[in-house]
Amino acid sequence: MRENKELLNIENLAIHYITDDGTVKAVNGINIKLNKGETLGLVGETGAGKTTTALGIMRLVPNPPGEIMSGVIEFEGRDLLKISEEEMRKIRGNKISMIFQDPMTSLNPVMTVGEQIAEVIEIHQNVSKQEAMEKAGEMLELVGIPKARLNDYPHQFSGGMKQRVIIAIALACNPQLLIADEPTTALDVTIQAQVLDLMNNLKNEFNTAMILITHDLGVVAEVCDKVAIMYAGEIVETASLEQLFENPKHPYTVGLFGSIPKLDEEVDRLKPIKGLMPDPTNLPSGCKFHPRCPYAKDICTKKEPKVTELENGHKVKCLIYEGLVDVKEVK
Amino acid sequence: MHKYILHRLLLLIPVILGVTFIVYSIMYLTPGDPAQIILGESAPPEKVEQLREEMGLNDPFIVQYFRFIKNGLKGDFGRSYSTRRPVFEEIFARFPATLKLTIAGVLVAIIIGIPVGIISATKQYSLFDNVSMVGALLGVSMPNFWFGLMLVLVFSVTLKWLPSGGDNGLSSLVLPAITLGTSAAALITRMTRSSMLEVIRQDYIRTARAKGVLEKKVINKHALKNALIPIITVVGLQFGYLLGGAVLTETVFSWPGVGRLLVDAIRQKDTPMVLASVVFVSVTFSFVNLMVDILYAYVDPRIKSQYK
Repeated sequence: MRENKELLNIENLAIHYITDDGTVKAVNGINIKLNKGETLGLVGETGAGKTTTALGIMRLVPNPPGEIMSGVIEFEGRDLLKISEEEMRKIRGNKISMIFQDPMTSLNPVMTVGEQIAEVIEIHQNVSKQEAMEKAGEMLELVGIPKARLNDYPHQFSGGMKQRVIIAIALACNPQLLIADEPTTALDVTIQAQVLDLMNNLKNEFNTAMILITHDLGVVAEVCDKVAIMYAGEIVETASLEQLFENPKHPYTVGLFGSIPKLDEEVDRLKPIKGLMPDPTNLPSGCKFHPRCPYAKDICTKKEPKVTELENGHKVKCLIYEGLVDVKEVK
Repeated sequence: MHKYILHRLLLLIPVILGVTFIVYSIMYLTPGDPAQIILGESAPPEKVEQLREEMGLNDPFIVQYFRFIKNGLKGDFGRSYSTRRPVFEEIFARFPATLKLTIAGVLVAIIIGIPVGIISATKQYSLFDNVSMVGALLGVSMPNFWFGLMLVLVFSVTLKWLPSGGDNGLSSLVLPAITLGTSAAALITRMTRSSMLEVIRQDYIRTARAKGVLEKKVINKHALKNALIPIITVVGLQFGYLLGGAVLTETVFSWPGVGRLLVDAIRQKDTPMVLASVVFVSVTFSFVNLMVDILYAYVDPRIKSQYK
C-alpha cells in the first residue's frame, strides 16, 4: 500500500512576528513528521498559529514583520530553511503547493484561469506555452470544470468553482506535499463536501501527502490519517485519527470534543471551552493552556510540560501525563 | 462596448452646450466692446455703432447665443476679431505644437513616475522610498513657471546647452517637456506607490508566490496590472489637462500652442476665438476621458463586463 517513507520532518520550528507593539509568538517550537502519501490534520482555534506554520513551510511568512527564529524543516532530506531563495522558488508550486483559505481573493482577477493554471506548469516543467495551456485544460477537467472555460476570468466563477481552480493550480505539477489552509471554510456546506471529496480523491490518485489545516473536527475525521492539535503556537497532542477520536488525552482536545453537540443527547446549550485564546504577545507562563484548563494546579502556572509519548506515537504535552498533576481521568 | 462608446459620445452634446453657454455668458458680461477693439481706440462712435449693428451685438443675449449655436452646428464658429481668420484654422495650426509638448511631457512623467512608484512600494520605508517621496512632494508643490524659469536659467542662460524657447526641433522640446513632466511624474509616482502597496498585500499575490513565480514577475505581471487602474486615471487626467494647453509653461517657453492662443484671445476679448478654443479643449478632454475608460476595459475584465 503506502510506502512509509518520511517526507517532511519539522523540528523545533519557531516563528515570531516582530512589531512595534511587541513580539507575537505565533509558532513556538513545534515538531511535525509526515510520511509520503499521509494526511495530517492540523487543528486549532483561530490564532493558534496554523497558517503561520504553513507559510513557514513554504517560506512565505511575510518578512518584515515575520521571522523564522529557529528550527529545521526537512523536506525529502533537505533543510528548507538552509537552501537559497531560488531553490525554494523551484520547490514552491512544484513539490510543495498550497491551497489558501479564501478562494474569492486568491485568484488574480485580471488573468484568465487558464493563464493562472498554465503559469505554474510553465514555471516548473519544461514545456511550451501551448502545451502548458493544454495541460491546464486537462487539470480543469480533472477538477470538474469544462475545458471551454479556460479563457474565463475568476469573476465569472462561483466560490466553489474558484476553489476547484485553486486546487487545479496546486495539483498541476503533481506535488509531493499539499498544504491546504482551511480550504472549505469560505464555502457553503454542500460545496464543502464536494471540494473535500475532490481533494481526497485527487490526493489518493497522485499519492500526495497533505497537511490539512482546519478548525473543523468533522473534516478531520473524514480525510486525515493523523492529527496534531495546536494551541497558542504549540502542538499539544499528536495522534492517529483513531487514537484521537477514541481516546483524546489533552484537556484542550477533550474540551474541543466536548464543545461539539452530540446527536444522541439532548443539548440545551453548547459547552464551549471557557476563556479565550491567550494574547500571543504575552503568553502565560508554564503550560500555555493553564488559564483555561479545568484541571490546572499550581505547578501548571510554573512548569512548562514536556512532550510525553503514551503509546504508538500518541504524544501529549501535559503535566498530567508526566505524573506531576494528580488527575484520575480527563473527561 | 460599441453601445457604451456611442452612449458616451452622445453625452458630449450636453457637455458642449453647457460649456459654450457658460463661456458665452462670461464673455458677454465682461466689460469691453468687441467692435471698439476691432476698430481701435480712436474710431469714431458712429462707425463703432454701425459695426455693432452689423455684428448683431445689439441683439439680446439669448438671440446672440442661439445664433452662435446655429452657426456652430453648421461648422462655422466665426472668425477671430484680431486676425480675421476662421478660428478653427488658427486652433488647428497651433494644436500640433501642443500635442507634441503634451506627449513629451506625459512620456517624461510615465518613464519616471511608474518605475519609481513600483520600487518605492516594494521597498516601503527604505531610503529610496523616503527620498523619492520627498522628491514627489517637491515635484507637486513647485510652481511650474518657476521651475521652468530655473531650468532656463541653468541650462539655457548659464550652461547654454539648450534653447530657452520656441519650437525648433527636438532640443527645444527638452526643457518644456521636463517642466511639464515633473509635476505629472510626482503625481504618478505617488499614485503608483499607493496602488501597488495595496495590491501587493492581496491574497492573489501570495498565491503567485506560492506557485513559484519569480519575484520580478510577481511585481511586474501579477501586481502591476492590478494596480494600473488608478495609474491610468492619473495619466489620463494629466494628458487631457495638458492637451487643453499648459498655459504657464507655454508662456515661459514661448511655445506656440493652444494654451497661449486662448490666453491671448481672452486678453483681446476675441469672443469667437475664446469660445472655439474652450469648445475644442472640452471636446479633447472628453475624448481623452473616453479613451481612458475604454482602456480600463482592456486592463480589467471585470470593468469590461460592466460596459454594456
